[in-house]
Amino acid sequence: MIVLEELLDRFAGLDRRELTRWVENRWVLPERRGETWVFHEIDVARVELIIEVRQEFAIDDEALSLVLGLLDQVYDLRRQLRRLCDALASQPPEIQAAVRRSLPPRDVQPD
Amino acid sequence: MAQTPYEVLGVKPDASADEIRTVYRKLAKQFHPDLNPGKPEAEERFKAVSAAYDLLSDPEKRARYDRGEIDESGAERPPRSYYRGYAEGAEGRKYQPEGEMDLGDLEDLFAAFGSAGRGRRGRGGEGFKARGGDRLFTLTVDFVEAATGSKKRLSLAPEQWLDVTIPPGIDDGQVLRLRGQGGPGFGGGPAGDALIEVHVTPHPLFRRDGDDIQIELPISLAEAVLGARVAVPTVTGPVTMTIPKGSDTGAKLRLRGKGIQRAKSPGDQYVTLKVVVGPSGDPELAAFLEKWAPQHPFDPRQGAPG
Repeated sequence: MIVLEELLDRFAGLDRRELTRWVENRWVLPERRGETWVFHEIDVARVELIIEVRQEFAIDDEALSLVLGLLDQVYDLRRQLRRLCDALASQPPEIQAAVRRSLPPRDVQPD
Repeated sequence: MAQTPYEVLGVKPDASADEIRTVYRKLAKQFHPDLNPGKPEAEERFKAVSAAYDLLSDPEKRARYDRGEIDESGAERPPRSYYRGYAEGAEGRKYQPEGEMDLGDLEDLFAAFGSAGRGRRGRGGEGFKARGGDRLFTLTVDFVEAATGSKKRLSLAPEQWLDVTIPPGIDDGQVLRLRGQGGPGFGGGPAGDALIEVHVTPHPLFRRDGDDIQIELPISLAEAVLGARVAVPTVTGPVTMTIPKGSDTGAKLRLRGKGIQRAKSPGDQYVTLKVVVGPSGDPELAAFLEKWAPQHPFDPRQGAPG
């Protein structure tokens, strides 16, 4: 957990105005504490991800909005899948086996 | 972002050690401060070139730099924590899209995958294609239906059903596979199969023994002694059977072809007789036996222990 100033120190080249814009766009959701923002580990990792996506993939703000929206959906899906898998893992072995048998094969069939 | 040591020296990341040494020597000569007294920027370049060479000329340091363990100044880098390390955990819910998705939505989701597959196929022609999922059902049939075979209609949804042919002799717990009757395929892929687990309810009279059927048939004393023609239930309906004169309890009679109705060679039904005396104390029968028995001594327990 670090405050805004520490975050700016950690990522050279990230300026305050830019980060403020990200927070206003709700790309990053730090916690407001008095006059400053507090960034949890997940927020710091997300800032780093945004920096890299912008710089290394040359993605502009508009496309970044889309990319983050899709990423959030993917992770939401993965969290839900994990819930489903956890629920399955708590079932008796014969039910797990039946589910496994009824899974369609993963391979994509060629034309 | 700072220049990488490779950029400082102007070499490719896969440059050989010899190549790096040659380039370094050339640049060092070019920017050596003592050879460039009037150019302060040369000193900066010289320092940068020296630092880059210092890192790249040491195979161990160079390898660690390539792996991202140290930065261009040689300082240790903390191991990176990736976003996905957090996003899948509970804290990731913070960045969940509007409108919480529930497990109940998974159905819709799979449906959406299906239509996405078709859409891509329509546009490009070489889209994602996959076999549909298998669907599991259970079906209960009675003993006679299982012995003779039958047709059952499995209701999937209102106005939607599946006709299932139960083959004669199906076992309890056996699974029938109906090809192509499962979930629809994605993007033009084949449909999955319907898997139907069949349960057979036991029968009060019939008992299965392989392809044969066993049944116990109670007969009267008179039928046992005098012989008779009696109606016997079978899986294909009642048939008339002759009980020979003097039949005993435990005698086994065979009805050929009345067992499990396999198309090629049906099994048989075995009828085990069981003599039942009936309402006790019939005075006439008792009176007759009192005279008859002493003249016809018979001990069915002879030779038996006890």
